[in-house]
Amino acid sequence: MAYSEKVIDHYQNPKNVGTLDKSKQNVGTGLVGAPECGDVMRLQIEVDETTGLIKDAKFKTFGCGSAIASSSLATEWLKGKTVDQALTIDNMDIVEELNLPPVKIHCSVLAEDAIKAAINDYRVKNGLEELVLDEKKH
Amino acid sequence: MSLKLPIYLDNNATTPCDPRVLEEMLPYFAEKFGNAASRNHPFGWVAEEAVDYAREQVAKLVNATPKEIIFTSGATEADNLALKGVFEMYSSKGNHIITCTTEHKAVLDTCKHIEKMGGEIAYLPVKADGLIDLGELEKAITSKTILIAIMYGNNEIGVIQPIREISAIAKKHGILFFTDATQAAGKIPVDVEADGIDLMAFSAHKMYGPKGVGALYVRRKSPRVKVTAQMDGGGHERGMRSGTMNVPGIVGFGKACEICMNEMEAEATRLSTMRDRLEKGLLQMEEAYVNGNTDHRLPHVANISFKYVEGEGLMMGFNKNIALSSGSACTSASLEPSYVLKALGLGDDLAHSSLRFGLGRFTTDEQIDYTIKAITETVLKLREMSPLWEMYKEGIDLNSIEWAHH
Repeated sequence: MAYSEKVIDHYQNPKNVGTLDKSKQNVGTGLVGAPECGDVMRLQIEVDETTGLIKDAKFKTFGCGSAIASSSLATEWLKGKTVDQALTIDNMDIVEELNLPPVKIHCSVLAEDAIKAAINDYRVKNGLEELVLDEKKH
Repeated sequence: MSLKLPIYLDNNATTPCDPRVLEEMLPYFAEKFGNAASRNHPFGWVAEEAVDYAREQVAKLVNATPKEIIFTSGATEADNLALKGVFEMYSSKGNHIITCTTEHKAVLDTCKHIEKMGGEIAYLPVKADGLIDLGELEKAITSKTILIAIMYGNNEIGVIQPIREISAIAKKHGILFFTDATQAAGKIPVDVEADGIDLMAFSAHKMYGPKGVGALYVRRKSPRVKVTAQMDGGGHERGMRSGTMNVPGIVGFGKACEICMNEMEAEATRLSTMRDRLEKGLLQMEEAYVNGNTDHRLPHVANISFKYVEGEGLMMGFNKNIALSSGSACTSASLEPSYVLKALGLGDDLAHSSLRFGLGRFTTDEQIDYTIKAITETVLKLREMSPLWEMYKEGIDLNSIEWAHH
């Protein structure tokens, strides 16, 4: 299968690989996927407490090139958004931006799940209600 | 000499046609184009003579007699003919066939088909090293067993099954023994007499011959084995496989067998030396493991898992420059990793992290050096990107985490 230019670029030059201090109150961490399924994503956001904006986002991903690219792209999109704005990121936006073929759509779903899991972690840490999320089919 | 890219290390999938083979084939397309079954004119005679000569070359490689070689379109067809042909021919004796879980799909899917036709199949598990348990084999035999079908060398991990022990068990119980020797023939000594093989499938394109031609060896003496034809027509190949002979392909197959036979000893040593060096180089990395038995293994195959990185993602790091296969298929249609590796009892995580190397006649030391370097760099880079690696390094037991399975 041929990968799109954008997937290759994110794979070769991934943006925002790394780890944020998950013990901090303003850091939300989402860990989704499973090793048995061949992909695991960990996505983290750090929220600026005064502005409410996501000031940093990091990821680490075990998976194929599309999974790596989806999470790399997600971290780019997260930065500068409010937490509520971040919730509107849809997996199909990722599919479109990266030209993912149908067999790789689950990678984008995983990235959306990771964003939401990170936001929920942040919300719970900060005394907010945990959002009930629609389970997308992987 | 500068290194030419891309490097081909997927010789278990197919091999390039040796130029010596191609040269031998060329006259049989336009100039000597006759039908080998045309008995009444020189065009047919020339073709028939070429087929006869190739049949001798092929037979010689496996110590068979020429009449025991049935040419087919490849190993898949030969597997089908052996299994279905025996099932139909010996239906009065029984309907039970014993095979194993790591066989090639051409055998497993044919067995599934036979089950629909009323056959009963026993799928033997393999041990952690990929070899079958001979005790289990003997236990699986019933009064209805007509055939044992166990491959010679495995296409994914290269392990060589205990063929002589298996055939001895088959003989003791009066059961036929079929082996798919697609990966083994031409690479290691395969001898249908010494090995006690009754039927054997093999293919030209895995041994530097052309695609589209293979053979089924069918024993003619002690016992005389018969298979029901699966292709009806002009009664070619002693009635077992009708269809106009693929003369250029067969000529190429013959030449390929001759070259393999002449060069086998030196080539096997050269390949295993290179393979061992590749393995040693890659195992310098921590958490890298060889899959399958390393004492009973084809000389040109290595299957290695690099824990905490995913195979497809790993290949993407170098697949423009190095061609090989991964045990992982990360698609929504198939999240299942290699069934062969799973049959060894490998966890899905290790099975997803595997690469299969198939060295070949045209592999060089320089290519191996390049491969070690490129793969090491990619594994290290991806591990830096892997949450699982980070957890492993922090001493977190990955099995203690409740993963969200999907």
